[in-house]
Amino acid sequence: MPDLPGWRKIKYEEDLDPGFADEIASIPGGEHLFNCIQCGTCSGMCPLSPEMDYTPRRIIAMIRAGFRREVLSSYTCWLCASCYSCAVECPKNVKITDIMYAAKRLAIREGVAPSRFPISVLAREFFNQVHSKGRTNEGRLIMRLYMKSNPLKALKQASMGLKLWMQGRISIGSESIKRKEELHKLLGAIETERMVQKRDVVTHKEAR
Amino acid sequence: MSYLYFPGCSLKGTGRAYEDSMLAVFQALETPLEELEDWNCCGATAYMAISELKAFALSARNLALAEAKKGTADYINLIAPCAACYLVLNKANKYLRDYPDIRKKINPALDAAGLSYKGTVKVRHPLDILANDIGGERISRLVKKPLKGLKVACYYGCQIVRPYADFDNQHNPTSMNIIMKALGAETLDWPLKTRCCGGSLTGTVQETGMRLGYVILREAQRRGADVIATACPLCQFNLECYQKQMGSAYNDKIDMPVAYFSQLMGLAFGMDDKKLGINRLFVPIKSSQLAGGAYVRG
Ligand code: SF4
Ligand code: SF4
Repeated sequence: MPDLPGWRKIKYEEDLDPGFADEIASIPGGEHLFNCIQCGTCSGMCPLSPEMDYTPRRIIAMIRAGFRREVLSSYTCWLCASCYSCAVECPKNVKITDIMYAAKRLAIREGVAPSRFPISVLAREFFNQVHSKGRTNEGRLIMRLYMKSNPLKALKQASMGLKLWMQGRISIGSESIKRKEELHKLLGAIETERMVQKRDVVTHKEAR
Repeated sequence: MSYLYFPGCSLKGTGRAYEDSMLAVFQALETPLEELEDWNCCGATAYMAISELKAFALSARNLALAEAKKGTADYINLIAPCAACYLVLNKANKYLRDYPDIRKKINPALDAAGLSYKGTVKVRHPLDILANDIGGERISRLVKKPLKGLKVACYYGCQIVRPYADFDNQHNPTSMNIIMKALGAETLDWPLKTRCCGGSLTGTVQETGMRLGYVILREAQRRGADVIATACPLCQFNLECYQKQMGSAYNDKIDMPVAYFSQLMGLAFGMDDKKLGINRLFVPIKSSQLAGGAYVRG
């Protein structure tokens, strides 16, 4: 159970956020949220539900009931591998994967994503690389990921890295697109979904 | 019909063997692929978690660049071999079409960058092109060394056939099986064709990621597969590179070649190992094993 200030096992109505469901339902892909019949097919299909703190069905129910803090600080959305097994089987066409993405974005935005939890670190690293170069380099991505979340693991993985490098499968040089200004104009024109920059600096410091 | 090709970051990195073999095989089929000039990262799943609109914008630039190549045709095919690129580009294409809200924000951004997109690109996977446009018949005509006796477990992974693709059955896809049969191979009947390989979890929550991969490998091994054929660089990486670690974690011996379906095609076409990137595999499958008209184990 997450150790959050004011955490109580029993919820009072004032702990809930009644607008949460509407917020999620308003994102592209969230529109069928209210059609869920709680059949549990998604949880049954999900290859990760045994390891999640709340199964996908439960997350849907919690979103509808307004359990904002619990949903956003859960591991479930970060464990979701975007395999879409749930979404293709859902009898009510709920786009569960899109809802998991929305939860991830909100969690990062609100600063409740576990800051050293490698998945959110990976997402941020990825974002930064694409932003500056237009492409990613897997070797560098993985290296930075381990340095930031678990430096010891970097050493353990070194032999695999060496083997891949010898096979010409990773390099640490950086790939870049030619017309970077074009990309920057494009991304600059999208009003930033109030993400990061400032917060990112903070979490990067923490990670060191 | 011309085909534009979107490699994506992985095919230039860990998935180089996929690119090498794919280009060689399409060349042999007289359907050369032309790389999309100055393509950028598709946005992939990690980007989605930060900013959905920016992820769509990244895909939209690629779609716009592809559309500019269309000429007078009604539409142009953009081929994305990586499952994640395929899904993300396909999703962006559909969401741009179906959600006016997204269009309203993406179009001005494209405009600011001097680009535009009207929606005339079809995002397609090479399996779709091979099974549906080219067909097993044309493929089998090129076979010089039939993969006789080779038991192939066709593994599609999750993101190729669902949820936006419509070229194959989402529950029991068969396009890769059609191709493998055209090469003379035997295909395995197994239930984990579209099960998740763990995606990027192998790098982040490794125990969890590895468990997913292990389940797939164990099942293929139990059913007597000689090789797993994949169609995605991340699936290939996850299933191939952690076998040793899985072995010690689950006290089991996993020794299973995991090749790209395009490499197996190249082998059957009698192409050189090197040209197909066979040397880039951890657990290799070699053309010498196919000499003498049938596959030799070991
Ligand atoms: S499968 Fe769909 S309807 Fe059933 S519980 Fe999951 S989201 Fe709800
Ligand atoms: S998309 Fe996510 S929630 Fe749905 S089945 Fe796959 S891992 Fe589970």
